[in-house]
Amino acid sequence: MAIIERPTPVLDIPALPAAPPAITPSRTFGALKRPVASTGWKSWLFTVDHKKIGLMYGATALFFFIVGGLEAVLIRLQLAAPEGKVLNADLYNQMFTMHATTMVFLFVMPMAAGFANYFIPLQIGARDVAFPRINAFGFWCFLGGGIVINLAWFLGGAADGGWFMYAPNSGPVFSPSNGIDFWALGLQIAGIASLTGAINLIVTVLNMRAPGMSLMKMPVFTWLVTVVQFLLLFAIPVITVALFLLTFQRSFGAQFFDVAAGADPLLWQHLFWIFGHPEVYVLILPSFGIVSEVLPVFSRKPLFGYPFVVFSGAAIGFVGWGVWAHHMFASGLGPVSVAVFSVATMAIAVPTGVKIINWTLTMWGGKLVFSTAMKFAVGLILLFTIGGLSGVTHSVAPSDTQQTDTYYIVAHFHYVLFGGSVFGLFAGFYYWWPKMFGKLLNERLGSLNFWFMVIGMNLTFGPMHILGLQGQPRRMYQWTEARAGEGFFNIAFWNLVASIGSLVLTLGILFFLINIVVTARSKVRAPLDPWNARSLEWMTSNPPKEHNFDSIPKVEHLDEFFHRKYEEDPVTHTMRGVATAEQVLAELERNADPHIHMPSPSYWPLVLAVGLPVIALGVIYSTMVAIVGGFIVLYAIYGWALEPATAVASDFDTPSTNGHAVSTTHG
Amino acid sequence: MTTETIEGTHLETEQEHGMSTRGYIVVALILAAITALEVSTYYVDFGPLFLPSLIVMMVVKFVMVVSFFMHLRFDNKIFSWLFYSGLLLAVGVYVAALSTFHFFLR
Amino acid sequence: MAETTTHDAHVSSTGLSNVKLGMWLFLGSECLLFGGLISTYMLYRGRVSDGPTPEQIYDIPFTSVSSFVLLMSSLTMVLAVSAAQKKDDRGVNLWLTTTALLGATFVGGQVYEFTAFYNEGLGFSTSLFGSSFYTLTGFHGVHVTVGIIMLLALVAINKRSSVPGSKSETVEMIGLYWHFVDIVWIIIFTLVYLIPV
Ligand code: HEM
Ligand SMILES: [Cu+2]
Repeated sequence: MAIIERPTPVLDIPALPAAPPAITPSRTFGALKRPVASTGWKSWLFTVDHKKIGLMYGATALFFFIVGGLEAVLIRLQLAAPEGKVLNADLYNQMFTMHATTMVFLFVMPMAAGFANYFIPLQIGARDVAFPRINAFGFWCFLGGGIVINLAWFLGGAADGGWFMYAPNSGPVFSPSNGIDFWALGLQIAGIASLTGAINLIVTVLNMRAPGMSLMKMPVFTWLVTVVQFLLLFAIPVITVALFLLTFQRSFGAQFFDVAAGADPLLWQHLFWIFGHPEVYVLILPSFGIVSEVLPVFSRKPLFGYPFVVFSGAAIGFVGWGVWAHHMFASGLGPVSVAVFSVATMAIAVPTGVKIINWTLTMWGGKLVFSTAMKFAVGLILLFTIGGLSGVTHSVAPSDTQQTDTYYIVAHFHYVLFGGSVFGLFAGFYYWWPKMFGKLLNERLGSLNFWFMVIGMNLTFGPMHILGLQGQPRRMYQWTEARAGEGFFNIAFWNLVASIGSLVLTLGILFFLINIVVTARSKVRAPLDPWNARSLEWMTSNPPKEHNFDSIPKVEHLDEFFHRKYEEDPVTHTMRGVATAEQVLAELERNADPHIHMPSPSYWPLVLAVGLPVIALGVIYSTMVAIVGGFIVLYAIYGWALEPATAVASDFDTPSTNGHAVSTTHG
Repeated sequence: MTTETIEGTHLETEQEHGMSTRGYIVVALILAAITALEVSTYYVDFGPLFLPSLIVMMVVKFVMVVSFFMHLRFDNKIFSWLFYSGLLLAVGVYVAALSTFHFFLR
Repeated sequence: MAETTTHDAHVSSTGLSNVKLGMWLFLGSECLLFGGLISTYMLYRGRVSDGPTPEQIYDIPFTSVSSFVLLMSSLTMVLAVSAAQKKDDRGVNLWLTTTALLGATFVGGQVYEFTAFYNEGLGFSTSLFGSSFYTLTGFHGVHVTVGIIMLLALVAINKRSSVPGSKSETVEMIGLYWHFVDIVWIIIFTLVYLIPV
């Protein structure tokens, strides 16, 4: 949206977006005029506003969370009793493959991307990201990729090779449906979202910080998400190569994984896990960041050892590149490789341990407020630690060869992914909901949400440790009574417990969905600063105005917002309040920038992104379709290249002369 | 080789503004000369020096294009950091992966 | 700093341009893309279950010439960048066009090479060597082609002189991309063509 906003003397706390100023379409060189709608569906479709894009990421990811969750429940129903009949073997394979793909690539990653999009500019005091149009393009790629991957359900069956799609199982001989083709091409498209997003956010963080916001004054969430973007920047191209090889093999007859022709199927494993291990940090670090924001706020204390949290985050990002082969201990790598990767893996537990210690010490002696957000944050610390410990047991290669491909592994990664990543994201929902929507999520429902999720999660995944150590293989579509064993280790009993647990878990998530509806219906608006928060994103109205800050704050402290509200008493050395959040905001508003240019909406990101799934379908079905897709892409690039990122000054209600171009806008 | 002699002469003077047209042409000539040398390994037997010399020449060419034509030498260090971390990471992980296939022992 | 472009008067924390930072990040990321493709080729170059071996079909003199052409296109590209910084529009167009022509010569050479190899019995699915050779060099060729399209588009836009943003920075960015494609070929030329299996 391109607007010029003039300061209004009154403070509007539940700020609704300012009335859209009259805008005329500008001259474009492509065929389409610039979109101008600032309300209604068009304002979402063509938006380049980082907050709207963040919300679209979030909403889409939530949808995929439900899809992936239902797939998981089907898996558990199938395994609840011996000789399950809910799914046949083929559908079962599709189900666990798509469950994992959906959860990893279409829920956790984009949900974190949504939070990053929404909150990084706010946390560093910027008005948008560095490349707003590329940002929009990224979102549409993610959506397009998600659709392509799932389209396969309706076109002959979804991917069925497991989420890491090992060769030669992924070849056309073993998986004749088009599922894996959709999977590879869809992930390729979704990968574009991650890659462009990574470049965009790194440039944003490097270049668009408010004056005074040095790197070591940035909030931890911003820091850890930046580490994630570097991981994505360098890991996505690796999976891109792997997926291209796979597509070329399946669609064009290349031989990359064809053992008969002398290929080495381990090549796929290497490429996948060079990407895959950094990827697990991509999944967890945003949640670590959220927790590092939530814990100090609800402990009423600054984060303990901020530099340690930051540097251990960066260390994880670095060491995470040297351990990928721990996923391949059972593949015959040879003793030297196994030893090297085993030791490296043990080392990586250290920076993670540092974080856990820092969080614990943050809470130590604090005035703890157990809001739902805080409960999820504490839940993360406990559950992630359990998952981390079982993780250390896999780093010992001989022990791992016993555990790999059993339910013990399934238990492990759900403790870190569900207990870690997902709990962190839920902490983020409850913490930031008032910022995004101006209303607080209901705390009573929140409590139900939390407790059902913790109990459900432990019931589901706890018993899987036992099942795995008893030898129940992962990805097995049925088990038989005859081989269930007896006594405490009877796998029939524990399978049933796990399945019941998954229903409890489902109830927990249902409470969250109910909470969203209840909150949306409620008339009560959240106070400006409901949690007595510390970082810059709270120094805006709820939800923030289109241009975020009336005037860009000058940053002097880590936890700048807190330091504007509180000062240290020179005598007693305690903090005493000097300003309310309203006063801090009013101060910003008084100094409002007279002219604010925001980047203008554009059709091209959407058009460009639409071309990609068309190409994907073309690769699978017919070259003609791919060519059409190619033309859409070319057309969109042409229009995009010729469209200025910000509409020219004459497009605004009053031409600006000394317009202070705040947003650097080269989409 | 001709590389050292010319390299020293033009660099320091041009630090501030990238390089002069003459400077660029000199770099290109050096690159061309190295390429000729590379190709000559195909015709002349370099003995045990064959592999190391090819690798060294490749690296020299690479670094020259990056430093002079892409201006990394004159630009802000941050660009070098970003690019070379990608490059070194790539070399690191792929060399490690290839060595698990005993690639370098063959 | 060499960066002398007068750019939208925006404040940036590092004082550097967003686009340029973004471009370098992208190139850093591309290192891992080509690294993966090159490693795949290196692993598979000797695996010829069927069809010709590398030694049998590589035409070193021919490839040397086309490598040389691409290398020289880096010189003309850098001259275009330097003309753009001097606001010498005619120079920019001249050198951009030359660069595009040299690039096109290279791609033409590649098309010729592929056809020749194909006629000598090396198809995409003939052997692991064939699959990985065509994939690697094909990816590179596509990168060059994209570069040519950008160069020609820039020349066309320059003629209408309606480029959004700063012209000299756009030339510089395309230049970075072009040189990158060139250095990838420097590696491919040595590892793929000159070092025998
Ligand atoms: C809704 C709660 C969830 C339940 C009940 C659940 C259940 C399961 C079960 C039973 C399996 C094993 C299938 C088999 O090996 O036969 C599985 C696999 C998996 N799940 Fe979940 N899961 C849940 C949430 C998640 C989340 C949030 C993530 C990631 C962020 C995730 C990631 C995975 C992965 C990566 C696999 C491995 C799939 C494969 O073997 O290829 N799950 N899940
Ligand atoms: Cu790992």
